[in-house]
Amino acid sequence: MPKEIDRDEVRRLVGTGAQLVEVLPSSEYDEEHLPGAISLPLRQLEAHAIELLDRSRPVVVYCWDSA
Amino acid sequence: MSTRAAWRLESLGFGEVYEYASGKLDWMAAGLATDGSNRDHPRAGDIAREDAPVCGLRDRLGDISERAKARGWNAAVVVNDERVVLGLLRSKELAGDPNQLVEQAMRPGPSTFRPFVPLHEIAHFMIEHKIENAPITTSGGRLVGLLLQEDVIEAMKKAKQ
Repeated sequence: MPKEIDRDEVRRLVGTGAQLVEVLPSSEYDEEHLPGAISLPLRQLEAHAIELLDRSRPVVVYCWDSA
Repeated sequence: MSTRAAWRLESLGFGEVYEYASGKLDWMAAGLATDGSNRDHPRAGDIAREDAPVCGLRDRLGDISERAKARGWNAAVVVNDERVVLGLLRSKELAGDPNQLVEQAMRPGPSTFRPFVPLHEIAHFMIEHKIENAPITTSGGRLVGLLLQEDVIEAMKKAKQ
């Protein structure tokens, strides 16, 4: 079950090798994204997750907010 | 959106999946660095005037009007003890009956912006809606400063040079 985390935990996990993934459309990623994040829009998740991400490492996903 | 993505990744065999539910807005609201084409654009928080006059609901309008004018301002932000924005007095309201209380004269619920919003996203809105100034607030509604339309236009000109 995915675990909800806060900003401090994001920084800690990324510092220890987690993959940070923005799932918004790529145009929004291009304008602004968290440092080190990769772009994997929700609609492309199924097609590209396996090739872009390492299943053996933690993954942190985010979008704008929880709305 | 991130919730769906997190669950889908798990179903694809990713064993350790986390969701940063507060997301990009929370990150930017904390003033943390970002990357991308917006990074070098000036933002509301960069030019908001932190020395804008503030007042309380129970202050007398005439006193605030005089105080603002003496400091060269034609606006004042109405806040509570926690500096949460409750209203705004623009030039029109400041020129009202000096014996009124601020809460009777103020414009309640003014448009506010977050400090991280790029100026180019605000400029059009302020001009189109003829907004002379707008409070910049934290996500909790606390006053950061007052953004003046003239400052926005000036900053946009500089950014283009």
